[in-house]
Amino acid sequence: MAENRNVVLSAKDIEVKFRVRDNYLTAIRGVSLDLYEGETFAIVGESGSGKSVFTKTFTGMLESNGTISNGSVMFHGKDLTKLKTDKDWEGIRGAKISTIFQDPMTSLNPIRTIGSQITEVIEKHQGISKAEAKKQAIEMMERVGIVNAANRFDEYPFQYSGGMRQRIVIAIALACHPEILICDEPTTALDVTIQAQILQLIRDLQKELGFTTLYITHDLGVVANVADRVGVMYGGQIIEFGTVEEIFFESCHPYTWALLSSLPQLGIKGQDLYYITGTPPSLYNKIKGDAFAPRNEHALKIDFEQEPPFFKVSDTHYAKTWLLDPRAPRLERPEVIQDLHAKIKKMTDKGGAFHVE
Amino acid sequence: MSNNNNREVIVSVKHVDITFDAGTKKAFKAVKDANFDIYKGETFALVGESGSGKTTLGRAILRINPCSAGEITFEGKRISGKISREEDRNVVRCIQMIFQDPAASLNERATIEYCVSEGLYNFHLYKDEADRIAKVDRALQDVGLLPEHKSRYPHEFSGGQRQRVGIARAMIMEPKFIVADEPISALDVSIRAQVLNLMNKLKAEKDLTYLFIAHDLSVVRFISDRIAVIHLGEIVEIAESETLFEYPLHPYTISLLSAVPMPDPLIEKNRKHVVYDPSVLDQSGAPREMREVRPGHFVHCTEKEFAEYQAKASRMEKEKKG
Repeated sequence: MAENRNVVLSAKDIEVKFRVRDNYLTAIRGVSLDLYEGETFAIVGESGSGKSVFTKTFTGMLESNGTISNGSVMFHGKDLTKLKTDKDWEGIRGAKISTIFQDPMTSLNPIRTIGSQITEVIEKHQGISKAEAKKQAIEMMERVGIVNAANRFDEYPFQYSGGMRQRIVIAIALACHPEILICDEPTTALDVTIQAQILQLIRDLQKELGFTTLYITHDLGVVANVADRVGVMYGGQIIEFGTVEEIFFESCHPYTWALLSSLPQLGIKGQDLYYITGTPPSLYNKIKGDAFAPRNEHALKIDFEQEPPFFKVSDTHYAKTWLLDPRAPRLERPEVIQDLHAKIKKMTDKGGAFHVE
Repeated sequence: MSNNNNREVIVSVKHVDITFDAGTKKAFKAVKDANFDIYKGETFALVGESGSGKTTLGRAILRINPCSAGEITFEGKRISGKISREEDRNVVRCIQMIFQDPAASLNERATIEYCVSEGLYNFHLYKDEADRIAKVDRALQDVGLLPEHKSRYPHEFSGGQRQRVGIARAMIMEPKFIVADEPISALDVSIRAQVLNLMNKLKAEKDLTYLFIAHDLSVVRFISDRIAVIHLGEIVEIAESETLFEYPLHPYTISLLSAVPMPDPLIEKNRKHVVYDPSVLDQSGAPREMREVRPGHFVHCTEKEFAEYQAKASRMEKEKKG
């Protein structure tokens, strides 16, 4: 189904290196991704897996010691990796591709009014008058659910609650009607009840304005809520991607299994929760074979020697694991995540622990 | 509490108010009339959003925030307000805390050995150097770290390992009671599981009692025996963990429960999120207090709501049986 839709952004074989003292660290090791128009794609992974770094290449926001050492990001026929100065990025960053960051307190300027921070973006990108910009800004504030927007226009960030601040950040990001909205852990700093509202808001706005959303998160619950397609990142690579149903119900990579298995929602009281032993690989050294092999109890001999290619599971589902090679032994998914849908259904149906009337 | 009469109470919070800037125009009551017991050997969870007063209440038990009304007792002795220096030292030793962000709570310029021994130094809890080092080694081993990690600095560790150090420095004091303030919120999913397992293991081995402060009901369900839900400084519902999930009664509890994201796209996309609307509560102005709806299950309500909740609970129970 995804095949006949338009690709808005296409990243090919991206490699990103950081210079740290006299050493080079390879944070992204050859990642490709096609974003389809209007879809919601979620990248999941632990901290340090490279999920933020990867998407920063779409907006030229890598830290100054980082370089894209290979690959291309095609957007409207332009290779974004070739853009260097802030001037080159004008008209793309913030205008066509916007980002919402994790902590709304640090992305807003504490000593300027909410209103001036929204109008600044509108004036800069659309070149319109102050009065007109103010009108648009108030409209945008109403759209993201700020009650009494005209009166709150001249207030400061500290007068807003965490959830409201994140709504303002969303208003700023959407002020120029971008084609792509990157949400980098947009709800991690928020309470669960506010999280549900913000996710719903982003989804409603997406339906209304028709942009493409790229989520970055470590929370699989959020992924299940928002995503059409999912990519799982580990050690600077996407190791499995597919539709959200394929990733939750038919995952093939042992790392995806491990991530799903360690969810506290699936924990049984009195028993230990499943957890991944060991630590993520050091990105200073060249990684041989499958990056997850040292932590994988089912690792095959070849996992330590040769990097697996992507194996096709379905037209939309690919996984980078030797387990899918015809010569590999057949392994069942861990028991905790077998029949996941039936289990969760039981929990949320009448009589289940998470049932709500 | 009726069905718990035979259990030993370790911490008792009795009608506690906590007011910031008391006596001034800015006076703000962060906790209102908190009243509950924590039994020896259990994990008692305090769940609420940011700003609900859950941390403030936890800190009051540690004697960091003073109570403006009511009192807190530990093993039967009052620990709030003015107490003798000796008692104060005893409380500081017996009640330890595990913090949210292990990166911020460890001194980055001190070695792990110093971080873990600090309490021992302050309380002279060692015979000689060899004894101190033996204690540090044991504490590190208890939390799954190695004695050779002693000479390293906090930045050399991953988030999960740092949280283990945070737990080790609490454990080395041989506490009886631990206040864990969002101990896993800053950690990755896979590491969360490790730390939760570790806390459960230590609790069993060392006969500990936890006050577990969190905002995430899915984690709390897994770890706690009893749960108190707190909203805007008021405890709105207290029940055994299973009961709270089976018979959530207060509308705020229901809203929290509906906001837990479930890892299933087919279900999550159709799940209804209930936004808490205080106007559904009884607006008559009748007095509200904690009332026992079912044995051990308390809800903050008026008399009229009490009858409604009782009817609802028995209806739910019937449905479950039938």
